[in-house]
Amino acid sequence: MPERKEKYKKVAYYHGCALEGTAQPYNTSTRAIAKKLDLELVDIENWNCCGAMEVKNVDPEIQTYLSSRVMSLAHNGMGQDVVMAPCNGCYHNLKKAEYDIANKEKSREVVEKISAKAEHPTYEAGQVETIHALDWIKFGYGEDELKEKIKGGLKGLKVANYYGCMYTRPRHIFPEKDQGGDSESTSKPHYMDDLLAIAGAENVEFPLKTACCGGAHTLSDSDTSTKLVLNILKAAEAAGADVIATECPTCHSGLEMHQIRALKRMSAETNVKIVYFTQLLGLALGLSARKVGIHENVSNAIPMLKAKKIA
Amino acid sequence: MAIHEKHLIRPENLKTHDNLVIDGVDVSGHWSTFIETRVVTDYNEQLQEEIAALPGGEYIHRCWQCGSCTNACTVNAINPEFNPRYWIYLIRMGMESELLRDKEIIWQCVSCNKCTYACPRDVVPEGVMKATAHWLEMKEHTAPSNSTIFDEEFTRQVVQTGKIEDGRILMNFLKNSKQPLFQDWLVEMVKKMITNLPVKYLMGMGWATVFQPKTKRWGKARAAIEEHIAEEKAAERAALGLDAAE
Repeated sequence: MPERKEKYKKVAYYHGCALEGTAQPYNTSTRAIAKKLDLELVDIENWNCCGAMEVKNVDPEIQTYLSSRVMSLAHNGMGQDVVMAPCNGCYHNLKKAEYDIANKEKSREVVEKISAKAEHPTYEAGQVETIHALDWIKFGYGEDELKEKIKGGLKGLKVANYYGCMYTRPRHIFPEKDQGGDSESTSKPHYMDDLLAIAGAENVEFPLKTACCGGAHTLSDSDTSTKLVLNILKAAEAAGADVIATECPTCHSGLEMHQIRALKRMSAETNVKIVYFTQLLGLALGLSARKVGIHENVSNAIPMLKAKKIA
Repeated sequence: MAIHEKHLIRPENLKTHDNLVIDGVDVSGHWSTFIETRVVTDYNEQLQEEIAALPGGEYIHRCWQCGSCTNACTVNAINPEFNPRYWIYLIRMGMESELLRDKEIIWQCVSCNKCTYACPRDVVPEGVMKATAHWLEMKEHTAPSNSTIFDEEFTRQVVQTGKIEDGRILMNFLKNSKQPLFQDWLVEMVKKMITNLPVKYLMGMGWATVFQPKTKRWGKARAAIEEHIAEEKAAERAALGLDAAE
């Protein structure tokens, strides 16, 4: 869609906390892709945490405020009308804040009250559009253009595309999804599949695309998380996947951590590799393994990618 | 009546006889198991109202017991005792003592929102699970769960500085939940990270652990957030009839 192509060419980039910590390689590879595809990312200055999965359990309206402040910075501080968040948690929370501010009196009141006390403009519904890194590449660069840019790419690589929970649930905070046409599906998301297919990968039939990795309790209830992750890893292996492509830092580090924990605590060994979709796409675009931070992952995919002549 | 589906009945409510004769008829064997006769008299008529007063519990009254939540539930698939539909039923009935039997597992909801996605009545069962877990803790039926300890440490950092730092969260959480820092799998994970990560990131992460990342000019937001949370917590405690004597 040409309209979105124009709109997403320059976006406010909200990478959030995880991409400065455990998910550095997601940040590295997203920035490398932006450079390669000539898409402009403008960092949101003096941003704050969106509230992740935790703050809402202490006070849901505070989570809405935290996310609203980020959107207010993009709109009022930078004059941007699109915020791109590669982290599912950030993406989800900004979307949820958008919905709650538009539809819930109490959310609006709290956001107004705290914004006034914190002395910054109150975010108002509709001022920015929040998109995921998947939307950004699919529509900001364009699939046809991507097809032209990639030659060969990920040929011979079998990929299980894993989207997790927060990209599609709950449905009501994503009014643009399930609208037919080229809109995303909440029951069977396919944007990552689409992009990696263009990149030359062979996407396997993976039934656990939107299963939960137990990320919210990755440390507080590790046994549950290990069981859930092991299901996902085993299902991917059974489907014949070499790698699980991820688009969420919580899922990604959850899969990496509990792959190790499953081996240590349950003697359950799995060998499927875990790689951010931006890393795979970067490789397909001819970026070096180092440029997309493959060596920064805990799950070591380098030997397998080298054997397939992809890295 | 003879009971065939014994697994549906709590074991203490089952009465089994090896040899039983009723009115001269031998009913030993297949016909020898009965349910203990009982009348439930202890209700907490306020239970639904109390849960509804906590964040997430607002829409519990909409439930019509279809069971879509339990059917979709991630945790139920690995532990059949984890049953959101049943707990919502007990809360709406005011059957507090029945609910308390499961008090140690309700906090294990992973917030995947599959229930919320499946629910045809917009009950938001995920929110009800969180409200119920908080209710159990506020009423001191359970100690703060690991989930609550984690949420509170995380929120404390965000409120204080506007941002979080992974390493500090991990260390403080393990300390607060009385778990050892050097668990085999965590050590292995960190080893792999150190082997793979370039020195500049490691230095950056080390730096972040010592000098926490902060949002600038955050003081006023922090004060307003703290004030709001204190007000909300006081209102929640009042709704549950706590602190009434003060």
